[in-house]
Amino acid sequence: MQTNMVGALNNALELVMKENEDVVLLGEDIGKDGGVFRVTEGLIDKFGEKRVVDTPLAESGIIGTAIGMALSGLHPIPEIQFAGFMFLGFGQLVNHASRYRSRTRSAFPVPMVVRTPVSGGIRTLEHHAESPEVYYSHIGGLIVVEPSTPYDAKGLLIKAVHMQDPVVFLEPTKLYRLFKQEVPDEAYEVPIGKANRVREGSELSIITYGTMVPIVKDVVEKNGYDADIIDLRTINPLDEGMIIESAKKTGRVAIVHEASKSFGAGAEIAARIAEKALYELEAPIERVASCSFPYPFPGYENFYIPNVKKIAEALERLKNA
Amino acid sequence: MFRGICMHNKAFTGDIEYLQIIDENGVADQSLFPKDISDATIAEMYKKMLFSRMLDAKILSLQRQGRAVTYAPLIGEEATQIGSAMAMRKDDIFVPSFRQHGVYYARGYPLDLLLLYWKGFEDGAKAPSGLAMLPVIVPVSTQMPHAAGIAFAQRYKNRDVAVVAYVGDGGTSEGDFYESLNFAGVWKAPLVIVIENNQWAISMPRSKQSAAQTLAQKAIAAGIDAIQVDGNDVVAVYEATKTAIEHAREGPTVIECVTYRMSMHTTADDPTKYRSDAELEIWKKRDPLARINAYLAAKGLWNADMQKKAVDEYTSAIDSAVEKAETFRPDPKSIFEHVYSYMPETLKEEMDEAVSANFWER
Repeated sequence: MQTNMVGALNNALELVMKENEDVVLLGEDIGKDGGVFRVTEGLIDKFGEKRVVDTPLAESGIIGTAIGMALSGLHPIPEIQFAGFMFLGFGQLVNHASRYRSRTRSAFPVPMVVRTPVSGGIRTLEHHAESPEVYYSHIGGLIVVEPSTPYDAKGLLIKAVHMQDPVVFLEPTKLYRLFKQEVPDEAYEVPIGKANRVREGSELSIITYGTMVPIVKDVVEKNGYDADIIDLRTINPLDEGMIIESAKKTGRVAIVHEASKSFGAGAEIAARIAEKALYELEAPIERVASCSFPYPFPGYENFYIPNVKKIAEALERLKNA
Repeated sequence: MFRGICMHNKAFTGDIEYLQIIDENGVADQSLFPKDISDATIAEMYKKMLFSRMLDAKILSLQRQGRAVTYAPLIGEEATQIGSAMAMRKDDIFVPSFRQHGVYYARGYPLDLLLLYWKGFEDGAKAPSGLAMLPVIVPVSTQMPHAAGIAFAQRYKNRDVAVVAYVGDGGTSEGDFYESLNFAGVWKAPLVIVIENNQWAISMPRSKQSAAQTLAQKAIAAGIDAIQVDGNDVVAVYEATKTAIEHAREGPTVIECVTYRMSMHTTADDPTKYRSDAELEIWKKRDPLARINAYLAAKGLWNADMQKKAVDEYTSAIDSAVEKAETFRPDPKSIFEHVYSYMPETLKEEMDEAVSANFWER
């Protein structure tokens, strides 16, 4: 089927719910309203209120009760309405979801998938445009996934539900309806922990994910760079193998993400390259990211998020260094 | 404190007093009518409600033209907002969530700044000094602990100031709501919590938000006085808020204002997906403006000419505020300059890069 990311995610949810009757959706406005981005549209009609649970307005409660469900043989998929609101459930994720397994030596796994829309560029109100992947990646114990295409969104979500781990599933709002793609009707998995080499090249390595993937592709194509483009898809755990292999091959690495620069995923990636491929580098690593402070109001967001020009300049520097 | 009944004695029955003074036909219950409210005050309440409704319609229309960001309309909730705002004294501190545009207006917030906020610029949240209020708070109920802390600070500084904080029906489900009730109760903090119960938290009806019979009764467990009022009766809201503020030195109060969100949650929402027109029709009959209009008209204090004159005057005031807001040009450097109390070297480097690239020539 031809579908955008919203359609692909909706279809994935339907398939996993058909496949496993212990899969339960819960969240704010996910029933009749179909979720504020319509990802759960129609699922309440297909599966009923028992399995598509409109909850009271309480994020810590949503994530905390999902943990309880996961500990009891269900496979909950809580939805948090916006990334900025997920911080109200942060304690439950950091203190509990991430470590039930390790502190009980796997006696108590927490199989659940917390879905939330992330990132900006669509003029939303405050707290609706955060890119929070690093908070969840830093803890350890939480798998953090962020697709950039409808195909990957469907396959990653199905894979996430097939795992026995807490997965934080980040959905870039800007990509929800940006483009359609041919997606298989049936269920399939996209591996978690494996990056996607979007484009093969030998001159530059560009490591990116989420909202920046289509922009990076655009810059590379327009400027005719012979670039490796790596879409991480899974932020944690990183596909270090592909990153190091590419860095060694080209010797010139740029890391591009929408989250702010300081202490971002780029820092972790650059550090790993420095540890394992420093002597093979031909140029300093370029990090292209949003500025190092909280996401601004919509009137200023275009001054904050990296755009085509900022990325192109960094790649030009990298090429000529 | 309400009609001499101590709520603590009622705690075990879960019984909450309900106050309505002017009914939906504009008829006042004289036995309840506050003696200190003049007709001039009621006319002022009406005018402020009218202004709020007109301002709301204007911002909504700006949003539809792409001249404002996602917006949360207030229509239907004017009595709750204006009644409580007018009960506040000058130094009482207003803690909003994100729908209290009427309170902002009634508390004297410059309209062009209010509009600038809804046009998507932080500059609109830079409150002029001397206005006792917080900026809009979007994450639901997260302002409530701030309100309890602000109330603590007033007591600490020996100020005769009450804090009036707003939260929605959905907001009362958040942990932060219960935690702030509990703190304020323990501290006997001068806090007045206005629950603006508009029946809908996006698509969730009040009946599914909580199994509690009233939202006001949530206060009882925290040892706090509570009352439920007709949130579409501006006089009842005013009276309850005024009484709570007068008693704020003794401790906090929760006022549940039963009102109705006559429009969408925000401009990104489509209420036809989840709620019936029939319900809206019922609430249209309880319109907060219509009943005060009828009350004033019956007393010969309001008529069609006065209405037209007011509408003309408010239209021009709102239009000139829009005009002023639209002359604003953002300075992108400002986003770097207010992150910390000083400019760290690493941030300056990022700023210099952005400036030299002319902010990536958008």
